[in-house]
Amino acid sequence: METIITVRDCWMSFGSTHVLERVNLDVAQGEFVCVVGPSGCGKSTLLNIVGGFLRETKGTVAVEGAPVTGPDPGRIFVFQENGVFPWLTVEQNIGFGLLSRPAAERDERVKHYTAMVGLTGFERSYPRELSGGMRQRVEIARALAADARVLYMDEPFGALDFLTRLKMRADLIRIWQAEKKTIVFVTHDIEEAVQLADRVLVMTKRPATIAEEVRVDLPRPRDLDSPGYLAARDRIFSIMGMDAHGGGAV
Amino acid sequence: MNQRIYHIILPLITGALFLAAWHIAVKCSGSDIFPTPLEVLRGLGELARQGLLLKYIVASLFRVSWGFGLAVLIGVPLGLVLGWFRPAFAALNPFIQILRPISPIAWIPVAILWFGVKDTAPVFLIFLASVFPITVSAMAAVQNMQQVYLRAAQNFGLSGFPLFRRVIFPAALPQVITGIRIALGVAWLVVVAAEMIAVNSGLGYLIIDARNAGKRYDLVVAGMVMIGLIGLILDWLVRSLEKFDEVRWGYGQR
Repeated sequence: METIITVRDCWMSFGSTHVLERVNLDVAQGEFVCVVGPSGCGKSTLLNIVGGFLRETKGTVAVEGAPVTGPDPGRIFVFQENGVFPWLTVEQNIGFGLLSRPAAERDERVKHYTAMVGLTGFERSYPRELSGGMRQRVEIARALAADARVLYMDEPFGALDFLTRLKMRADLIRIWQAEKKTIVFVTHDIEEAVQLADRVLVMTKRPATIAEEVRVDLPRPRDLDSPGYLAARDRIFSIMGMDAHGGGAV
Repeated sequence: MNQRIYHIILPLITGALFLAAWHIAVKCSGSDIFPTPLEVLRGLGELARQGLLLKYIVASLFRVSWGFGLAVLIGVPLGLVLGWFRPAFAALNPFIQILRPISPIAWIPVAILWFGVKDTAPVFLIFLASVFPITVSAMAAVQNMQQVYLRAAQNFGLSGFPLFRRVIFPAALPQVITGIRIALGVAWLVVVAAEMIAVNSGLGYLIIDARNAGKRYDLVVAGMVMIGLIGLILDWLVRSLEKFDEVRWGYGQR
């Protein structure tokens, strides 16, 4: 598969704080890549650089064949704190990136993606009337409706309760398989990463670099008790210097 | 039922107790000048029959409409621009912060000098009193806007005027409306003060004239009561703006 995201020797500092060091990264088209690492290690910083919201201190970051100079409508960020606009209804939010399109096409796409994320019946609701999980669905649908080729997801399910998180993961996989998007997904939750990703990139503590990558070649939907799943999970735990039973250093 | 007890019956009880205490206090003090609630009511009736009540209310509301309306027209765009463009903020904010604490009352001599004792002077004073709260709240609304909305908008390729119209303005609107509400309260305070000096109509004029022209304290208090009631109605009107779906998100859980 064609590589569409290339990060080479990327460094990032905020003043005297060195956050990223020598980061190298490739993501293929249609791939689902998760980035895990300890809290505060710089995973989000890396995603923000790739997404065009931050400029790297040093290095090369190229997406879809061109250096990243800023955010791009073809590559949409899904924020942990939820970037859905509270003054717009669900359908206005989902159609936000489509204003330049003909009304009929816009309505069609909004309807299609509203259904895909399971929000049919809530088109006229305002975000404040929805649960946290539903608001994240709106944000994902907004990105898909605008025909983003790449989704950057920054701990999008971090604020949700456990059961909602499981459901959101299953739905995200279903959507990804249907839409063939490239997804870079940052999380501190190792289980989440193994449930979702084709490939998990494990980052070190700050100043962070990518310690290792773990390929997860398991069929979807994934059986969370299968030996392959447990092996991948424990492999990541051990890279991070822990074991799955709570031991080891963080 | 509970709601009704809290929001209708309780205030009525408080009001009745207050009126009773007022009545008793006047009677006990033996004052000939300070009116009882009933005398105030009669005073209001007298003003209404003479057609003065409506005339003065209209006069005061007219001045507030102009002064406050101009303040909204100038303050909202000015505040939004200052909140967004850092150089504009750096250049103008110190100036605004110096002008802001000067009471509109302090401007009265200047207003008389510039505009004479016509309607323009109180309109100017009301404008001055309300333009600062509006400007400052619009400015803060843009500056304190959640970064995530801005980033999401930029991600969808918005910039310039569309970014402003579709994201910055709606994101700032709840706080802008709060500023407008505060400013209207201030404007109503100031119209009364301004009318005491500069003009010969309006509720402020009524109060000062009733005092000077024969110690008619029943009319003084009648004027005060009308000011309070109209202030309440004005606040209720702006408050009802906060119920629109486009801004309701900005006021927490209410």
